[in-house]
Amino acid sequence: MKKVKIYVTLRESILDPQGSAVQGSLHNMGYEEISDVRIGKFLEVQIEESARDIDTIVKEICDKLLTNTVIEDYRYEVEEAN
Amino acid sequence: MKFAVLVFPGSNCDLDMYHAIKDELGEEVEYVWHDTKDLSTFDGILIPGGFSYGDYLRCGAMANQSNVMSEVKKAADAGKPVIGICNGFQILTEAGLLPGALLRNKNLKFICRTVQLKVVNHNTLFTNQYKEDEVITVPIAHGEGNYYCDDATLKSLEDNNQIVFTYSGDNPNGSLADIAGITNERGNVLGMMPHPERAVDELIGGADGLALFKSIVKQWRESNVNEA
Repeated sequence: MKKVKIYVTLRESILDPQGSAVQGSLHNMGYEEISDVRIGKFLEVQIEESARDIDTIVKEICDKLLTNTVIEDYRYEVEEAN
Repeated sequence: MKFAVLVFPGSNCDLDMYHAIKDELGEEVEYVWHDTKDLSTFDGILIPGGFSYGDYLRCGAMANQSNVMSEVKKAADAGKPVIGICNGFQILTEAGLLPGALLRNKNLKFICRTVQLKVVNHNTLFTNQYKEDEVITVPIAHGEGNYYCDDATLKSLEDNNQIVFTYSGDNPNGSLADIAGITNERGNVLGMMPHPERAVDELIGGADGLALFKSIVKQWRESNVNEA
């Protein structure tokens, strides 16, 4: 069994109004050093080992459902599941 | 002419759509559940607004994986009129039947009010009953209607006259080029954030949306008479 951690982020070219709002709050709190906030998604998927290649599976599910490649990028890490 | 109104778990404009077609337009209409595997008996497909699958993951993402969507693609390929309104528009972009994507409204608010739309292209099968550059009043109700696409896509939308409706006056959601509704390149698939099906009777605040549905029926009658 593998645990796959998938990080989904808005593409650089896409404005992130949520991130901008959070950045504004952080500035109000006195954290002037914060120069940018981008909000994304984190998914954890458990995958049973099978004849199918795990990277192929992860890329397929990301491209077909978990992300929208028009507006989002993703990266992932594969770990042993406990 | 017989319309299908698709129903997903979480659709909530399906009743308005059904009412608009049956009672105001006077055409045949049926509700169709999302796991239906055949839409061949319908002449037009309507994907209503709402919050399919609770808008989980992304608006329209899971609805796009429903059985019925491969039938919607077949209908679109066959040249049948397909309309997605609000969440339906989001589903059509997720399906790749329309280019681009819908992002969170720029001000992060859910906006529910009437807006003015400009009919930028009145030579489509959805807008032939409007005048050139006519300004119409239609309600909007969405949190993620901020249309986005890349520069090359925008240029092709403009070059092919695929931008059908733009917000007139103020842009409520920050959409690119004030876009409120677009068609596919062939012109038989329309996606729009505003709700024409909620503007079909003067008694409830206006009937500017009715001409959109009348346009489809007119085109359908003409092409079927010609073929007969």
